[in-house]
Amino acid sequence: MILRQIFLQSIVSGASLLLAPLLMGWVSQLRAWLQNRKGPGILQPYRALHKLFNKDSVMADTASPLFRFAPYLVFGCMVLASAIVPTFSTELPLAKAADAIALVGIFALARIFISLAAMDIGTAFGTLGARREMFVGFLAEPALLMIFFTSSLIAHSTSLITIVHSLTGSSFAIYPSLVFAAFAFILIFLAENARVPVDNPSTHLELTMIHEALILEYSGRHLALLEWAASLKLFAYSSVGIALFLPWGINEAGSDISFLYAIPLFIFKLFSIGILLALIETFSAKMRIFRVPEFLATAFLLAVIGMLTYILLGA
Amino acid sequence: MTELSIQLINLFASILLLLAFAMLAQRRVINLVHIYAMQGLTVVSATSIVAFVTHQEHLYYSAVMTLALKVFLIPLVLHRLIKRLDIRWDVETLINIPSMMLVGIVLVIFSFNLSLPISKLSTSVTPGTLGIALACVLLSFMMMITRSKALPQVIGFLSMENALVFAATSATYGMPMVVELGIALDVLVGVFILGVFMFQIREQFESLDISHLENLKEE
Amino acid sequence: MNPLVLVFAAPLLGSLVLAVMGHKPHGRNVNVAFSFGTLLAALFLTIKIVAEGPLFAFNSQFFIDSLNIFLVTLTAFIGFTTSVFSRPYMRIEEDRGKMTHSRMRLYFSMYQLFSFCMLLALTTNNMGILWVAMEAATLTTVLLVSVYRTPASLEAAWKYFILCGVGIAQALMGTILLYMASQKVIAPGLNPLLWTNLNASKSILNPTIMSLAFVFLLVGYGTKVGLAPLHNWLPDAHAEGPTPISAVLSGLLLNVALYAVIRCKILTDGALNNNFAGNLMIGFGLLSVLVGAFSLLRQRDIKRMFSYSSIEHMGIMTFAFGMGGPIANFAGLLHMTVHALSKSAVFFAVGHAAQKAKSQMMDDIRGLIKVSPTVGWGLMMGTLAILGMPPFGIFASEFLILTSAMHQLPWSAPILLLGLAVAFGAIFSRVQPMVFGETNVKPLPHSPALLPVFLHLGLALMLGLYIPNYLNQWFLQAVAIIGG
Repeated sequence: MILRQIFLQSIVSGASLLLAPLLMGWVSQLRAWLQNRKGPGILQPYRALHKLFNKDSVMADTASPLFRFAPYLVFGCMVLASAIVPTFSTELPLAKAADAIALVGIFALARIFISLAAMDIGTAFGTLGARREMFVGFLAEPALLMIFFTSSLIAHSTSLITIVHSLTGSSFAIYPSLVFAAFAFILIFLAENARVPVDNPSTHLELTMIHEALILEYSGRHLALLEWAASLKLFAYSSVGIALFLPWGINEAGSDISFLYAIPLFIFKLFSIGILLALIETFSAKMRIFRVPEFLATAFLLAVIGMLTYILLGA
Repeated sequence: MTELSIQLINLFASILLLLAFAMLAQRRVINLVHIYAMQGLTVVSATSIVAFVTHQEHLYYSAVMTLALKVFLIPLVLHRLIKRLDIRWDVETLINIPSMMLVGIVLVIFSFNLSLPISKLSTSVTPGTLGIALACVLLSFMMMITRSKALPQVIGFLSMENALVFAATSATYGMPMVVELGIALDVLVGVFILGVFMFQIREQFESLDISHLENLKEE
Repeated sequence: MNPLVLVFAAPLLGSLVLAVMGHKPHGRNVNVAFSFGTLLAALFLTIKIVAEGPLFAFNSQFFIDSLNIFLVTLTAFIGFTTSVFSRPYMRIEEDRGKMTHSRMRLYFSMYQLFSFCMLLALTTNNMGILWVAMEAATLTTVLLVSVYRTPASLEAAWKYFILCGVGIAQALMGTILLYMASQKVIAPGLNPLLWTNLNASKSILNPTIMSLAFVFLLVGYGTKVGLAPLHNWLPDAHAEGPTPISAVLSGLLLNVALYAVIRCKILTDGALNNNFAGNLMIGFGLLSVLVGAFSLLRQRDIKRMFSYSSIEHMGIMTFAFGMGGPIANFAGLLHMTVHALSKSAVFFAVGHAAQKAKSQMMDDIRGLIKVSPTVGWGLMMGTLAILGMPPFGIFASEFLILTSAMHQLPWSAPILLLGLAVAFGAIFSRVQPMVFGETNVKPLPHSPALLPVFLHLGLALMLGLYIPNYLNQWFLQAVAIIGG
């Protein structure tokens, strides 16, 4: 039984490791199509990773061990995060190990280390990126917690598994509070994954960049790890979104047959999220950095209203 | 069936609250009109569902009236007004949306608190919606205070009235028909008067900025 | 035929006729005629009520008892005298080019409609219709306040509309809550919004809902009463609109709004069995007295000054009704009556005085007694009346309110006295040079209508010296209805 679980978990984690860049590639390809460009192909992230892994990593002279160590830690955090989320089955062993708050903590840990590493070299861009990243994080994290709290209020537990159980288990019900939380989550999703209204992952425009400024000093395998971590983060956030707001079809009983439809369904949901993300990115314009607090405050507000409506309406 | 209807009414209530916040943060005048129309539509949907659940025939009339008035007629009038006044692209500078939102949340909590003892006593199918309606009233009120242009103030006023109609529908299954008719008439007349007014204000001040209207003070 | 129909028909028909007819030289006479018709109908109704007691009409949608009948009479009466005053006043405004023909038409038509709305608000038994009528009264007067189309008048009207609109929306929320409370307890088949039904079962209305409802209703209708801190619209609307409108706003509309508050208070008191509603009204009332009195000190515009005086007086009435008890309620009702009479008289005199000086600034108005002794004396007497000098009626009512305040709420008496003293100093020191100072202004082209001024002052004087028995009976019955 234990062996089976370990086997299952390693397959799932391995699959998410391998497939996460595909989601990234799918989104950029869709964006390219929507903008009437040809696009680099879905597999472009793999090619980039391959290229980066085969290059030498150049380090600044002033780099401390922290700088060297940070990419591994961030990567580890993201692998762990995507393992914690019940992606297509609630029977995954690691999913039981931690709850939603721990998940937020893991994201925060990664954020702190990448920011420290960015400041480590002492270049202007690194510090600027770190500042902006912490700024976004400081506004986004409470909102994310609020979203989790709303779902937790419904499920009476902060465990993601219980949340999925209670949302799928009972008969179909509309939760207005979850509608708010979902809107808030989309905003946080965009901000945390450095997507368009907040940041643009495909440019290095110094006035606006956040994520790219953070990792500007990295190269070679370190950069590859960080890029991979970024796609894992996107994957983890999408999985959280699925677990909280589209949990139907997630395998619960652990019977093997239901995997047969749980997995394709999960992949289908991921693809849909990719489409949604590409659409949002295409139809919205990058906002000025000073507007970001407004954006995130809106997310926080929506999450809080969601919670309040739950308290008042009981739904 | 009833279970689903109650959930739907709750959903519409939350959408109304969401729209109230959206209005608070919306800079463009024309979008405010759109949000207002959406708000009207939400009220109409909620009213029809309440009518369906409770078999109150007059609520159907009320829904139809709201639809005609607040989804079509008044937005249309406002659109024409915007066109005639040529303020389609007016953008208002709003200061500090995040803190406005925070105040908004405080208002929501306040009104939820205020209505909690009452919602417990309510015999209506959806006791919680009264708090939301109250919150919407206060939010629209806040919008009126924070806006400096004439039209957004008017829309704030109208959305306040929307929230009140929703309160009446959800908490008491609607006021008697005579009263609803009277309210609708008052609102309609009010919109027309305000329309006339805005032309007069522009004629006199060559702008619709209410900050020009601050000369009457104590010496 | 029910005289109530006539009471409604006269102003409504008048509004229609004046709107259709357009502005003709005799339009002002038609206006007076219809107002006189309303007055006759109101008197007819009054006689019927006196003879037969409370009256229900139209499926008990309308209800007339001692509390509102004297307000109906008062409204019709002041509506009539103001229309008489409007004749020369508006004619002079027209001659000076401030009013065009279409504006005159609007003015007369809306004047009648405004009367109709107030009468509807006073006589309706349905709390929902009461709200509708109050809102309609706002709408009709908004256009009257802005009738000169000057920047200042537009600003005043805008403020008036927005503030009262917001206020009245709160009242609607209160009405909805009231409906919610009554729906639960009123026997099926009875209309839950009718005041009489509510009053009959007020002791079983839910106290929690009723207290919240009253807060909303008080804030809502209180905005129209002009209670501080919701009074900002009032001085502007009074100062920038035509003077006859200032007179009816101060004399009538504020009363009607206060009447609505009183009706709500009766229900709330019955449901709560404590002095919650009264305490709120005492608080708002005292605050209004102080705000009104101290604002008086800073005024330079004569109409603004007297509108702040209205805030102060409405505060006194609200305080009196909040305090409750037979004497205070009696005094409150008396104060409502005499204040309406005196304040409209003052505005009539002020209107002519301002027309003579071609300015509303008090520094420009000087030596009225030389240019036109009647206007000067009218203003002086009116001021004395409004300041509560004996033997005018306001003295009697204020005296009663003060003495009962000393009995019931000793701490409040010094506050009231302070307010009254400040108001006296502020107004008297300004009116005195206006009436007796030096001047070189020419007399007006049309003889001023001073009959209304002296008629009102005479009545206020009479009420100060002697209250006719039937009026006394009315007041006593109304006091019994208010209770508390």
